[in-house]
Amino acid sequence: MSGSPNAGPGLTVIPFGPQHPVLPEPLHFDLTLQDEKVVDAIPQIGYIHRGLEMLVEKRDFTDYVHVAERICGICSFMHGMGYCEAIETIMDLTVPDRGRWLRTFWCELERVHSHLMWLGLAADAFGFENLFHATWRAREIVLDVAEETAGGRVIYGSCIVGGTSTNPENETLDRCVKELSKVRAETIRLAEVFIGEPTVRHRLEKVGVLGRGKAYALGAVGPMLRASGVDYDMRRKGYEAYPELTFATMVETSGDCMARAKVRIREIDESLRLLGEIVARMPGGPVAVPVKGAPEGEGWVRVEQPRGEALYFVRANGKRNPERFRVRTPTFANIPAMVEVMVGSQLADVPTIILTIDPCISCTER
Amino acid sequence: MGGVERSIWIVHYDASSCNGCDIEVLACLTPVYDAERFGCIVTGDPKQADLLLVTGGVNNRNVEVLKSIYGQMPEPRAVVAIGACAYSGGVFSECYNVCGGVATAIPVDVYVPGCAAKPESILDGVLRAAAILKERRVALRSAPRNAKKGSTEEGARR
Repeated sequence: MSGSPNAGPGLTVIPFGPQHPVLPEPLHFDLTLQDEKVVDAIPQIGYIHRGLEMLVEKRDFTDYVHVAERICGICSFMHGMGYCEAIETIMDLTVPDRGRWLRTFWCELERVHSHLMWLGLAADAFGFENLFHATWRAREIVLDVAEETAGGRVIYGSCIVGGTSTNPENETLDRCVKELSKVRAETIRLAEVFIGEPTVRHRLEKVGVLGRGKAYALGAVGPMLRASGVDYDMRRKGYEAYPELTFATMVETSGDCMARAKVRIREIDESLRLLGEIVARMPGGPVAVPVKGAPEGEGWVRVEQPRGEALYFVRANGKRNPERFRVRTPTFANIPAMVEVMVGSQLADVPTIILTIDPCISCTER
Repeated sequence: MGGVERSIWIVHYDASSCNGCDIEVLACLTPVYDAERFGCIVTGDPKQADLLLVTGGVNNRNVEVLKSIYGQMPEPRAVVAIGACAYSGGVFSECYNVCGGVATAIPVDVYVPGCAAKPESILDGVLRAAAILKERRVALRSAPRNAKKGSTEEGARR
């Protein structure tokens, strides 16, 4: 096996991906192994590159929201919202109060759905099928709420430039919060398994440790950074209704796979609490302002996605089609840290390590 | 043969989808939609799969991967293209790196509509493909042994 041209004596290069059982998405690594130990990992990308940033030149700026939402189907609402916010910054649009609070509601809903999805996939990665299915069953309630309030299960389609396109009634939102309390009870039950079960702890504890200094230096974001002890959350920068809400940022210090799981489990609980508060304080009135004219100038925003900080930049020249759109996604920022963690790990732990950054290749390659 | 009919092994490949259809495919396998009640399970190994589920359009980088996965599958086999992107490139059809739908690379048997496709329609697509698989299996069995390869021209069905 050591006859591979890239490998030195005693080393083996094995391909990981692009079509791989544990990853729904095509991510490819060339792993150089010494026996079972990974000594080098080279990511290869481009399998899902579509070139959608350039599509902004061919689309009306109000229509491009649909494309922006499809940067990634997991955090679709926040991608659409980030683009809309960037356009709104350029055009000096103020979204009405109810619009802002509804957007915040969907943001937090998406965080719950994404983290639950991740917990399930992580369980699948270390072979705990039962936990995978239990987690995804709880997640279906969240998707039902999304479908009822926004109109779509995964692609919400409810964010437009200037506000939101749907306006669910207060009674609907109240009923949704009641439904979500079931998710909260279920999450507490699942968390016991995740944090307490010896087989899970064996696969997650002290695996893929990323120190605080390394995480900061390599520019990790989101739960990956917070699990290494850095208190960093874009929501505190204050966009949409976040300045009026108080919420805790979840920080763990051990920096291993278990810490990342704990950060996400605690964030689910906090987001579910926030959802209740948002609905209780939901203001009335219109949800969107009319958009006149075309944007001219440059605008950028940063939002905290389930996977971490995302940056959106738009440059427009006064025509209906903007000139340039750029998005820096959290997975892209987390890949250097992931490679750092992977080197020195056991081959059997590689799927778990890849999963704990919660990779979204569709975002990364766009 | 009845047993095999209700035991469809699925391999899933994400061509250049936005993940929306992918997570709906996974949702099909989990308790609420539960594709396993029809005997479907997901395998990572194309050599043991009956059915290929493809989400997203084809681009220059993954066209070879897709052809290779399809080529490794034993006959009889069927392909389900899920979502608008897998049909024509969908919302990304004008992107510079998207060549078009899945049919530009491999023959497709069933198209599932939607952006993102809903789990109900994905299950429907899988069951339709299962019926096609059954026909092919019968054809394979009844064909004379030396003509076996030519008897199931996959592309002819489209």
